Amino acid sequence: MSIQLSNITKQFGAFKALDNIHLDIPEGELVALLGPSGCGKTTLLRIIAGLEQADQGQVFLKGDNVTEQPVKNRQIGFVFQHYALFRHMTVFDNIAFGLRVKPRKQRPAETVIKQKVHDLLQLVQLDWLHDRFPDQLSGGQRQRIALARALAVEPSVLLLDEPFGALDASVRKDLRLWLRHLHHELNVTSIFVTHDQEEAMEVASQIVVLNHGKIEQKGTPSEIYDQPHSDFVSRFIGQTNVFKIEDHAHEWLKHTGIIIDEPQGIVAHVRPHNISVEKPSDPAKAPVTLRDWQHLGSLIRLELQRDDQTASPTTIYAEMPNEQFKALALNKGDRVAMRIKHAHWFN
Amino acid sequence: MHVTSSKPLSGNPGVALTDPAWVRWSLVGVSIAVISLFLILPLATVLIEALSKGWQAYASSLTLPDTLAAMRLTLLTAAITVPLTTVFGVSAAWAIARFDFRGKSLLTTLIDLPFSVSPVIAGLIYVLIFGAKGWFGPWLSEHDIKVIFAVPGIVLATLFVTFPFVARELIPLMQEIGHEEEEAALSLGASGWQTFFKVTLPNIKWGLLYGVLLCNARAMGEFGAVSVVSGHIRGLTNTLPLHVEVSYNEYDFVGAFASASVLASLAVLTLIFKTLLEWKQSQDRKA
Amino acid sequence: MPGFRPALGFTLLYLALIVLIPLSAMLLKSLQLTADQFWNILTSKRVLASFEISFGAALLAAGIAAVLGFIIAWTLVRYPFPGKKLFDALIDLPFALPTAVAGIVLATLYEPRGWIGQWLGEVFGLKVAYQPLGIVVALIFIGLPFVVRTIEPVLQEFDSAMEEAAASLGANRWQAFSKVIVPNILPAAITGFALAFARGVGEYGSVIFIAGNMPYVSEVVPLLIITKLEQYDYAGATAIGMTMLVLSFVLLLIINSLQWWVRRRSGQL
Repeated sequence: MSIQLSNITKQFGAFKALDNIHLDIPEGELVALLGPSGCGKTTLLRIIAGLEQADQGQVFLKGDNVTEQPVKNRQIGFVFQHYALFRHMTVFDNIAFGLRVKPRKQRPAETVIKQKVHDLLQLVQLDWLHDRFPDQLSGGQRQRIALARALAVEPSVLLLDEPFGALDASVRKDLRLWLRHLHHELNVTSIFVTHDQEEAMEVASQIVVLNHGKIEQKGTPSEIYDQPHSDFVSRFIGQTNVFKIEDHAHEWLKHTGIIIDEPQGIVAHVRPHNISVEKPSDPAKAPVTLRDWQHLGSLIRLELQRDDQTASPTTIYAEMPNEQFKALALNKGDRVAMRIKHAHWFN
Repeated sequence: MHVTSSKPLSGNPGVALTDPAWVRWSLVGVSIAVISLFLILPLATVLIEALSKGWQAYASSLTLPDTLAAMRLTLLTAAITVPLTTVFGVSAAWAIARFDFRGKSLLTTLIDLPFSVSPVIAGLIYVLIFGAKGWFGPWLSEHDIKVIFAVPGIVLATLFVTFPFVARELIPLMQEIGHEEEEAALSLGASGWQTFFKVTLPNIKWGLLYGVLLCNARAMGEFGAVSVVSGHIRGLTNTLPLHVEVSYNEYDFVGAFASASVLASLAVLTLIFKTLLEWKQSQDRKA
Repeated sequence: MPGFRPALGFTLLYLALIVLIPLSAMLLKSLQLTADQFWNILTSKRVLASFEISFGAALLAAGIAAVLGFIIAWTLVRYPFPGKKLFDALIDLPFALPTAVAGIVLATLYEPRGWIGQWLGEVFGLKVAYQPLGIVVALIFIGLPFVVRTIEPVLQEFDSAMEEAAASLGANRWQAFSKVIVPNILPAAITGFALAFARGVGEYGSVIFIAGNMPYVSEVVPLLIITKLEQYDYAGATAIGMTMLVLSFVLLLIINSLQWWVRRRSGQL
């Protein structure tokens, strides 16, 4: 185990930020701490780093209990949300900082430092910026310099707080993939905090979903997406249609295929791609009306209006490939048949 | 504020930012010692010295005709200089914050100039112009007009030292507010003056009051510049600060500190209003 | 937008009448002196001594005020302690208190029989009032709020994540302070120092009561100007005044360029 948390609890006044967190992270993983704002994910990251002290519980890094160790002794690399680059130092001096503040006996010679900084700059592909100041860099460049600075001290774990949060959408996409590839190359156990489920799915090898200071679920992206353990996880990851199972709607639900025998819970979550839409054999008996649709690139999202306006949801979203949609040749206002292929049940 | 965004709740500095207790306490100790020694003790001393011979002596020294005359002159000086400096400050801020023109930064620098000129020089320059041996000296004495060693000189010197007070509060404030609201008012058909009184003034009122307050404190308390041009004529050209000096030099310590206590309470009142205005301004900014 | 011409017109007129014309009167007056006259006035022993005292005391006081002011600003921004709001409001007292009041109070406190003077004399054998040291004390009083008020906002705005970054990279508290905090606060500290110094050089009211005003020992330049004026020696007063004005401008210029250099070196330009 590279990182082990046991029984971590943290309170800010009356607000319980973290409630009895247990978490094991094996060596070499790239983990996303995912959750809505205020769920405690940043606090958890800062507790692992030693920037914050937990009220209870223990932190183990590579098997050592570091709970009482200050941040400077923990051998971690931390990338701050707004990078926190030293404004008064050049890019070179920023990256060299961690090496230059080492105690004299462990401090490498200046020529070694120089070589190392340039290696790191090459790793993040920004060697040509070595004599610039942070204020002269773009957001994406700062982000990569902040990463290089954190890597300079050869941390045993890398912690990143909302690493893409302050970037433009286009830069963000590029950096996500870059970070994933860099992680493959370096294989340092890494944790990053994000509130963006898409980002977590795309970058991480493991996702930890947090809500209200508790871990809702931990697993690979596909586990989290395909087998959500809770109502919250299912709603938070990807889009979902939530059907409340009400008595008077049983017939309708059976008709569309949600309920095969008996309800298996009180709500059913259905992903849009698990709904198939077809031309009805008898339009008068078709259960929904096609209100509108949007192009999402290769997919089309259909907005379906339910006749029974008293049950929830009244608007149902379905997705299907572009080609398939064209073949159906549907118009706004057409009555269509829908069929639910798969649902997740929760109580 | 982006500074605290990395923390879950403000007011909880991370453990990495906590200094050792002995560092904290010794620095706080130094600060409290310096503030007490340099700021609180002097304030207390004014009161203690003023009352050292009892209330009776205190009250009677404050009601001496010379003291009362000094107070009147101080009030008169402030009554003339504060409105003039205010009008100047508003018009300078309007010109600088609302328009672009060549030499704007030079003008801004020149407005701040009196801050870096010794008050004694502020007095000296008027003596060179209006004094007995100054440029207009002979002409003034022919026509029996007194400027130096008289009230006009005191007012002029005070105008010089208070010159930047209102302008330098308003210029950055009006630049920060921007001119969209005023343009909106004008586009709705308001006249220039209507726009100023109904849109600009409500927006800058706390900043304006702040400048006026500091200007007034300086106008009533100015010593060096006024000292050069006043001539120290008791009952005629002594302002209250000059009266403090004269009494002190005549070993009338109760009298000196009694007058000083009036000025010190003025300073304390200024600080209270200043704190209130700063609070008001931050409230407005939050809203 | 309306009102440009009248606003600018009034601004320029008022600026000319109150500031520019009077100041140029001094310039013209000093130009009427021959170079020899000017030189003789300035190189008289008493004048030289007063310049040394004024500039020396102002420099020393601004330096001490910069250190004390940094500590005060630091504690006001960083540490909670009882009465902090009150202390914070009191910092501006030297701005608001008439200098004559400050002068007589400081003289009373630091004179040999005064509360502080007595104690300093007994414990350290130190005399403050009626000595050059008295001038330094008065100028620290005057300069302190300039330093505190320029450093305070910069410390408040300082991104503490930079300190955490330093700690996460293995720096101890002292390294974080000296390598990260100080370089970022330095430009503001220099500004505060410069303001305190400029004010101190020209200071009159708070100084003359505590200084003792002994020629060659504790006589400051502003007092010498007044003395010359009282003797109707306008030429002497003008020459000294003009020199003081030019010297303080030159010094401010040097400090400004020093600050520019620090900012540039630290990437803030």
